[in-house]
Amino acid sequence: MLVVTCPVCGVHGDETDFHCGGQAHVARPASTRPENVTDAEQRDYLFIRHNPKGLHFERWRCDRGCGKWFHAARDTVSLEFKAFYGVTELPPVELMKQATGTWAEFFKDKIKAGKAS
Amino acid sequence: MSGKPYRLSDAGRLIDRSKRVSFTFDGKTVSGFAGDTVASAVMASGQRVMGRSFKYHRPRGVVGLGSEEMNALIGVGKAERHEPNLLATKVEIFDGLSAVSQNRWPSLNHDIGAINNVLGRFFSAGFYYKTFMWPQAFWKHVYEPFIRQAAGLGKAPTGRDPDVYEQVHVHCDVLIAGAGAAGLAAAEAAAASGLRVIIADENPRLGGLCDIGGGLIDGASPLEWAKTRAAALAAADNVQVLTRTTVAGHFEDNYVLMFERVGDHDPSITAAGTPRHRLWKVRAGQIIIAAGAIERPIAFANNDRPGVMLASAARGLAARYGTAAGVNGVVFTNNDDAYRTALMLKSMGVGVARIIDSRTNPESALIDQAKAAGLDISFGSSIAGVMTSKGGKQIDGIKMSPYNRGRVTNETKVDCDFVAVSGGWNPAVHLWCHNGGKIKFDHELQTYRPDRSPDGLLIAGAANGTFDVPGALAEGYAAGEQAVALLKGKAGKIAKASATQEAQAKLEPIWFAPATGAYNEGDKHFIDQQNDVVASGLELAQREGYESVEHTKRYTTLGMATDQGKTSNILGLGVVAEATGKTIPEIGTTTFRPPYTTVSFGSIAGAHVRDRFLPVRRTAIHDWHVANGADFEPVGQWRRPYCYPKAGEDRHKAVTREILAVRNKVGLLDASTLGKIEIKGPDAGEFLDRMYTNTFSTLKEGRCRYGLMANEMGFLMDDGVTVRVGPEHFIMHTTSGGADRIAGWLEEWLQTEWPDLKVFVTPVTEQWAQFAVAGPNARKVLEKLSGDIDFSAEAFPFMTMKTGTLAGMSVRAYRISFSGELSYEIGVPANQGRALWDAILEAGAAFGIEVYGTEALHVLRAEKGFIIIGDETDNTVTAIDVGLEGLVSKKKRDFIGKRSMEQSFLKMDGRKQLVGLLTEDPNYVLPDGAHALEDATGKPPQKTLGHVTSTYMSPSIGRSIAMALIFNGRARMGETLSFSLDGKVVKAKVVEPVFYDKEGARQNV
Ligand SMILES: [Zn+2]
Repeated sequence: MLVVTCPVCGVHGDETDFHCGGQAHVARPASTRPENVTDAEQRDYLFIRHNPKGLHFERWRCDRGCGKWFHAARDTVSLEFKAFYGVTELPPVELMKQATGTWAEFFKDKIKAGKAS
Repeated sequence: MSGKPYRLSDAGRLIDRSKRVSFTFDGKTVSGFAGDTVASAVMASGQRVMGRSFKYHRPRGVVGLGSEEMNALIGVGKAERHEPNLLATKVEIFDGLSAVSQNRWPSLNHDIGAINNVLGRFFSAGFYYKTFMWPQAFWKHVYEPFIRQAAGLGKAPTGRDPDVYEQVHVHCDVLIAGAGAAGLAAAEAAAASGLRVIIADENPRLGGLCDIGGGLIDGASPLEWAKTRAAALAAADNVQVLTRTTVAGHFEDNYVLMFERVGDHDPSITAAGTPRHRLWKVRAGQIIIAAGAIERPIAFANNDRPGVMLASAARGLAARYGTAAGVNGVVFTNNDDAYRTALMLKSMGVGVARIIDSRTNPESALIDQAKAAGLDISFGSSIAGVMTSKGGKQIDGIKMSPYNRGRVTNETKVDCDFVAVSGGWNPAVHLWCHNGGKIKFDHELQTYRPDRSPDGLLIAGAANGTFDVPGALAEGYAAGEQAVALLKGKAGKIAKASATQEAQAKLEPIWFAPATGAYNEGDKHFIDQQNDVVASGLELAQREGYESVEHTKRYTTLGMATDQGKTSNILGLGVVAEATGKTIPEIGTTTFRPPYTTVSFGSIAGAHVRDRFLPVRRTAIHDWHVANGADFEPVGQWRRPYCYPKAGEDRHKAVTREILAVRNKVGLLDASTLGKIEIKGPDAGEFLDRMYTNTFSTLKEGRCRYGLMANEMGFLMDDGVTVRVGPEHFIMHTTSGGADRIAGWLEEWLQTEWPDLKVFVTPVTEQWAQFAVAGPNARKVLEKLSGDIDFSAEAFPFMTMKTGTLAGMSVRAYRISFSGELSYEIGVPANQGRALWDAILEAGAAFGIEVYGTEALHVLRAEKGFIIIGDETDNTVTAIDVGLEGLVSKKKRDFIGKRSMEQSFLKMDGRKQLVGLLTEDPNYVLPDGAHALEDATGKPPQKTLGHVTSTYMSPSIGRSIAMALIFNGRARMGETLSFSLDGKVVKAKVVEPVFYDKEGARQNV
């Protein structure tokens, strides 16, 4: 049973005090350009998920703490959490650099910005 | 039986001969001593057979000393306290204990199932899989009843468990699993730092095999050192010592499950109210596994006969309980350790006819000692067979032959009545492997031992493959120190003990001892005794292509019994390796999964039983409902009145009366469970527009609107009336079951997708009591109550809300209707709910008011064709499917589910659509979920045309009604559909799903 740390309220707890909400950083196309979303884009948004062996970015909710959603980076082999960060935030730059699949795409232009900050 | 020859007079350090203990085994009274286990006492009484095997029903006796036991499974306790599948080697006796053997029918001595033994060929490897391929009826009517009657691992208790169980959550710095020499040394080193230490051992006392493992610590028996260490740990403030506690599983982030048998050994403990079992949930900084090792047997023909046991068990039974395995034994070994058994037994006066050692010319101090003690030793030899009488229950002797891996060339008979066997020791790597510890094959030990470790996990002693006492001590101290260092603790000073032990000759592998003639086929060479897996079965699995060790395991069930292959795993691998000409590492190993030993259901449930199993939610009116004879039903965690039967009424009559009261007079419903969520903020309207399929930002203050909510796939997930209270303030109503889910859903979107929206979402379901007052007299009832709300049709039109006072209370009143009648819902702070409820009932008495429950509510709405989420929808149904496309905005750019609803397959023809159904026979009520068939007289399988979603006898129109989701339903209006029900064809006409007051005149008054 994993130990999870909420980056919002700071509580440490068993994973059963939290709730995993699947892959993080999945962009919802309809939020930005609702008139212009192809069937394929909608399918990918709804159903296609990246399932790497290794670094995984995911959404968690602090169910029995502050109730807030947050992000976590976790290794799917060792199950070790690499980072916890806010729901509107980006992971640490070194993790963005290791990202694969659609995440790599998503972080590409953000790595630079992350470095600057 | 007198039992005399089996109870040694000068041995048995754990029994107290001054305290006689009397218990029953299979109804027969057995007398033992305080400190005995069921196994040691029953064996001391002269009885060897402890059970029958699962498949062949062969008589079986005790093989092991503790949790490695696979045969002596017993049921303990009576009636509702009965617990099956306990190990006779671990169950401690007390006066009045009742134990029964398992797997025998009708009795242990005469077992009809033993016929399976003769039919063995038909019960070969993969028997169950192969049998399932035979005609199904044959399985159902012939095999399964027979197997169930004949076998079955124990019996369930007969009633509700009267004992209590508990779970505790603890944190510690260092957890030590196992309290043998290594564990005790580790605990001493760790405890000296002052860190919080837990040391747990499955046995009633600490020390492991210090008493029978040989060697010296500080020049004396390791047992003396262990006793001193145990006392010191018990006295230390920072150490918790747990006995009878098995570390059962290791999980991520050093989460550990420990199972403690608190009161099993002494009924006065549970009688005083102390929990019987305790499940410990521990988070440990560092874990030191000192779980020891398990001796493994050697496969020889008829090696399962009662009296064939592990050498460590024969030694331990004698040393600890003074129980002799027999009067004259044979020791069969491939290593030095079993010589300790021979030497110890001989010194205690038990006959040892011969040591049979498969090694050719081993030389060591222990062998010299055996020779000096006058023991006969046959090197390069093995056991080719076991001679028995009394149906296999009595060993008369063994056949010894020169050990070579081919045929048996000649054999010598050796008289004996028991066999102590040792094929070497396997480190107990189970815990190590549960959460990622790796193992490697050690050619010297001929077994797997720990390799790489995950963080936070250390291992020491025999569990690490270090079997000698000096090595185990050194590793224990080192692990304790390392744990402290890793935790950045301050190492404490300890006076380390020094240990010595004689050097041992190397072990030489022997897996399969060849036998004479047909026996050499291996069908009596037992590998996994509990599951009756034999060497020939493993070979058969190889021939049939189940070559992967994981396949072999599942095909033969090797290692899948309650002992999880503790003694059979490596032996099985060795036999397979030999049969296939491969090495063991080439074959691999199977996965070790928790729990290490069985964990009781009671402890898993802990305190979460009876009233605490699931919290029950009650409305503010609950006591009134109870006092007035409500017939409750669960709705989520709520208990809601289904109806209120009066004297002489059944459910149906009560529901009919309640419905007619609403239609003709006035009814009162406790609707408090309805989900209520306050939505506030400048962006509240915009937020609701995004969450609902229809529009709320345009809703005027004081107005109500029915809203539909879809998920991102475009399927309906909730509905309800949402009200605008102020410019930036809405009250959302959800379904009773959806209240928490929808509040979470709203929060999720706000937090993760639209954090820029300025909105607060606050669930307030429990803060409000809310009642529906519905029926033609509803207005009259409310007008009779004092207050400042004008309930007239003009002042308070349909789908509006007002705040004000009613019967002296501040209320929110909504003119909304789920019944189709003139109807108001009145919300009041929950603590005033009962007062308002009573006031409404009092005011309504003159107008014939009656309370109604959930079933009347459901029928009333079905008569009006209103959907219920979860009845008419099942997460694959869109707003269009249920005919509510008018509530799907075409103007809004975006809302949850909009883009998905536009996908072609959700709009195309041929989807199921909501319709009404009227059966030809007005008295026939279609069953819920019934499928309309293309050809109701044809043979199955039949194509379905759709299914019934709601179905009732409608008192308002005096006939049955149903709602259904039917393919192309709206194009089928007027068509007759056929159902095949109760052996006949039932016909129903497709109609509009509104059965009563189609124009809506009744609520428009
Ligand atoms: Zn939190």
